[in-house]
Amino acid sequence: MMDGLLTDGALVAIGLMLATTLVARMAGFFILGRVTITPRVRRGLEALPGAVIISTIVPIALREGLPAILALAVTAALMKLLKRDVVAVVAGLATVALMRQAGF
Amino acid sequence: MRSAQETVSTPFITLAGVRSGFRLALPILPGSVVFALGFGAAAAEKGLTFLDTFLYQTIVFAGASQFVSLELWSDPMPLATALTMAAVVFVVNSRMMLMGAALRPWLGSVPAHQIYPVLAIMTDPSWLIALRYNREGGNDWGIFLGASIAMYVTWAVTWIPGYLAASAVPDPRLFGLDLIMPVFFTTLLVPIYRERSDLFPWVVAGIVAVSVQMLFEGYWFVLAGGLAGAIAGAFAPRRAPAEAAIAPVKDGEA
Repeated sequence: MMDGLLTDGALVAIGLMLATTLVARMAGFFILGRVTITPRVRRGLEALPGAVIISTIVPIALREGLPAILALAVTAALMKLLKRDVVAVVAGLATVALMRQAGF
Repeated sequence: MRSAQETVSTPFITLAGVRSGFRLALPILPGSVVFALGFGAAAAEKGLTFLDTFLYQTIVFAGASQFVSLELWSDPMPLATALTMAAVVFVVNSRMMLMGAALRPWLGSVPAHQIYPVLAIMTDPSWLIALRYNREGGNDWGIFLGASIAMYVTWAVTWIPGYLAASAVPDPRLFGLDLIMPVFFTTLLVPIYRERSDLFPWVVAGIVAVSVQMLFEGYWFVLAGGLAGAIAGAFAPRRAPAEAAIAPVKDGEA
């Protein structure tokens, strides 16, 4: 299993993965530097952070069911009220853990 | 208005900014540690050497895509497999193209040799932390660098105990840590919300993401939802004052 320092071909695989990751990380920034950012494009870009967050959390919440949905609601409510991210994160995780303990 | 300020002032970087970026990333780090431990354990079970795993973590440096591509790992590694792994990594990380694009209006004037290295270690949390900070009026891109470094160092180091003690790695589900990413994202979503018109792109993004997740295999749903939300935001009707606030600002002012 661990008979060598490196698996044969590991460097090739990791190198290729580096290449595609770098393209993904840099291409958007690069391309937007070469097109005019009209007010419309700007508004689209401004909507992106929220849209990416929603696109990430909503499918996960639906897949994980009630504990996750409740946890996100608790987190959002605490963040709104206290504006302390650490408190909101801990409370959200505690909600998940307790709900699962309770058999949900 | 925020938009006006973004247009006229040049982003700068300070050590204090780097530090506070680091600090802003702290709430997500326990989750990163657990995922790094998990990757170390999974890599050991797959038969990767210590050096294989170290390079995987520090060079690819993209959590979800690493787990997916690791499934394809083989010893020895045929070129076809390596190419497939790279393609899988690209698909899972394709959302990052949108993320990078969204940074352009703010960070476009930062010299390329400074900004591209940071983009090379951009992660979802560091991107969101930076954009939220900018949206609140901040202009120190050290925040982005600091948060990115926090993520990178954590990921580069904390897989090691997982690799060495593969079978002893605790189940992330125990403390709900498998859900720390969506929970942390929620804390970032709350301050982004400003007015009701913000909700329209979010609803569109949610509907598209859920539909794509149900219809297609794989990780297209974040890209599809993000893109749909951005298009919705671009074409949604907006109240006039926001537009007017940009107009009076000319070059050299402020």
